[in-house]
Amino acid sequence: MPSFVIPEKCDGCKALDKTACQHICPNDLMVLDKEQMKAFNRDPMMCWECYSCVKICPTQAVEVRGYADFVPMGASVTPMRSTDNIMWTVTFRNGSIKRFKFPIRTTAEGKAVPDGGFPTHSDINSPALATEPASLGLPQVFTLKG
Amino acid sequence: MADFENVVVETDLLILGGGMSACGAAVEAAHWAKLNGLKVTLVDKAAVDRSGAVAMGLSAINQYVGLKDGENTLKNYVDYVRNDLMGITREDLVGDIARHVDSSVHLFEQWGLPIWKDDAGKYVHEGRWQLMINGESYKVIVAEAAKNALLQTGVGQIFERVFIVEPLMDGNRCAGAVGFSVRENKFYIFKAKATLIAMGGAVHVFKPRSSGEGMGRAWYPPWNSGSSAYFTIKAGAEMTCQEVRFIPVRFKDAYGPVGAWFLLFKSRATNAMGGEYMVERKSELEKWGPYGRVKPIPANLRNYLGMLDVMEGKGPIFMRTEEAMQKIADQYKDDPKAYKKKNKELESEAWEDFLDMTISQAILWAASNVQPEERSSEIAAAEPYFIGSHSGASGAWISGPEDLQTEETKDLYFWGYGGMSTVKGLFCAGDASGASSHKFSSGSHAEGRSAAKSAIKFILDNNTMPKVDDAAVETLKTGILKPLDTFEQFKKATTTPDVNPNYIKPKMFMFRLQKIMDEYAGGVSAQFITNEAQLKRALELLALLKEDSEKLAAADLNELMRCWENVQRMWQAEAHVRTVLFRDETRWPGYYFRADKPNLDEEKWTVFANCKYDVKSGAWEMLTRPIKQIFK
Repeated sequence: MPSFVIPEKCDGCKALDKTACQHICPNDLMVLDKEQMKAFNRDPMMCWECYSCVKICPTQAVEVRGYADFVPMGASVTPMRSTDNIMWTVTFRNGSIKRFKFPIRTTAEGKAVPDGGFPTHSDINSPALATEPASLGLPQVFTLKG
Repeated sequence: MADFENVVVETDLLILGGGMSACGAAVEAAHWAKLNGLKVTLVDKAAVDRSGAVAMGLSAINQYVGLKDGENTLKNYVDYVRNDLMGITREDLVGDIARHVDSSVHLFEQWGLPIWKDDAGKYVHEGRWQLMINGESYKVIVAEAAKNALLQTGVGQIFERVFIVEPLMDGNRCAGAVGFSVRENKFYIFKAKATLIAMGGAVHVFKPRSSGEGMGRAWYPPWNSGSSAYFTIKAGAEMTCQEVRFIPVRFKDAYGPVGAWFLLFKSRATNAMGGEYMVERKSELEKWGPYGRVKPIPANLRNYLGMLDVMEGKGPIFMRTEEAMQKIADQYKDDPKAYKKKNKELESEAWEDFLDMTISQAILWAASNVQPEERSSEIAAAEPYFIGSHSGASGAWISGPEDLQTEETKDLYFWGYGGMSTVKGLFCAGDASGASSHKFSSGSHAEGRSAAKSAIKFILDNNTMPKVDDAAVETLKTGILKPLDTFEQFKKATTTPDVNPNYIKPKMFMFRLQKIMDEYAGGVSAQFITNEAQLKRALELLALLKEDSEKLAAADLNELMRCWENVQRMWQAEAHVRTVLFRDETRWPGYYFRADKPNLDEEKWTVFANCKYDVKSGAWEMLTRPIKQIFK
């Protein structure tokens, strides 16, 4: 069932107005069962296995089980995402394990400056967008006029 | 009627969508809005951090022209796109995106996206136009810049989890949009001076190959339901290239990307007999006019040669991963230490390609004990998608920029504001705009920026709030909430909530649509082949489906969204079938094949096939528009 929730680990993101997985799922699949205080995937057939819920879960309660209609059982792919890198553990059906670590960003979280530090201009009629031509690294923006 | 509170939001620019184009639009609009004292409102049906097609991440940026280092010219890019689309391309639009796309990429890098660099500090190319990235957080980073631009400047506000359905109109001017919250009983009425559509393409219009759990594993994400196409069609905008669907060839079933394998690792694809369709079927290319002779060979023709193998019973087709990796590692075979290091590097690159953007493929490899350095993996053509930002071309017919027109094109392709549809004040970007393929993630962002600047200029020139008729809004509200009322009215008529003679639930409605499209409009089951009689039968069945859409029922807000998503898919389907029927030739044989018109007809059909829906009469108008070259 693509993403699934381990009941022992899920605390329903208690004291928050919505669960983290419910907040992030691009297809609005994750919901909180308020009686049990556990999240669940309401429509596994519409799950893209994008792992957004897995990566965001504060208690690592969400995992993914490959699509049952074409994926042989027994494997898992598990991320551990930090502020600047992600580590993946790939467990094969035959038990062997591979681990990979990749960078995910070069700046501090939350610090993306919209103009990227490039100078901006104020000519609404020019073909140059706000940070251009500086952000192009060119003296001017291409045009067929003039 | 279901009890929903009305929430009225007035703004200057309304950006609908939260993906790459919408985020590009937000960043650019914020700058011009601040200078001019305007307000910008962005509405997303999901959470901007992980919405749109880049939600999972990407392992490459597919459009970087390299203008600053003189790697390519704009003409090079325009030529590539025109040829790949078999001549059907708006050069002013492709040129506009190409002249701005490098700056989007440079901004991504400043914002924190790790782009691979070589020892000399140059970007590492996957192919001529493609850059390798560590893209797990690509969307998060781009969203962060957009949110900072709107919220830190005080010019903007963001609504998440609001699903947009219909346009608001003031005559032929778009006056905003209406939709509902998928979290609480609130009906949103957004009134705006200009509206920018960036709500993605369409998935699940055709039956996917997997029909169990795995149907969610579409190549393009299942939440892209044709919202852009529906909105622009219903606003009365002229649409273009509605026949140009895209069928990607990917690793079979989990749809892992093949770009790095073909371009970076230089892998071959071979059939069951070990033959290479790209070599053995080379002569077939001669049938497809000038496009069969260009390099790179157009994506649809490459697809087609592989499909011919499969139709002849020569499948499966394998990506020769083991051979490609061996070949690269062999360059280091005289140095055991370097050889080991290179092997390790290749293995990591191969897995990251999947882990960054199609994690399911990594699961499938692990579950099948596949090590790419040891054995090949199957590839196959997926199902059809509507994605004007990639190798499809469907979208609204929009104005190009004034300064990229020739004497010949200025009256054909320009009407006041670049990025504006034929509806006043309605701008489109990404999958929402047509005839400007191959923008991918970076080009969609750049197009969003370009359209947003134009939209702000439009607002400055037309700085009045369009009139919105309250009675018309109430009628829209009643219609949009109707599935909830239908369910309440009839739910007690049966003991099985999903089986009820009075209504149809959205999931079965979607399956009905997919079956029609699959069997009659050249889906997977029909091996992408159709003809006039089948298309006409599809229209008959779609007409019945449209009647039954009045009987859609929703038990809750999530199902209400599903109802409207599937209505949107149905309209995308109808526009597609009508245009495939209109263009009576076969131009993209690897995307669909008209068996009754099996050849290219350059004399008659080197034109855009456009369509327009008249909301008042319910009639579709089909028309052609000329193709003119700009970058000669």
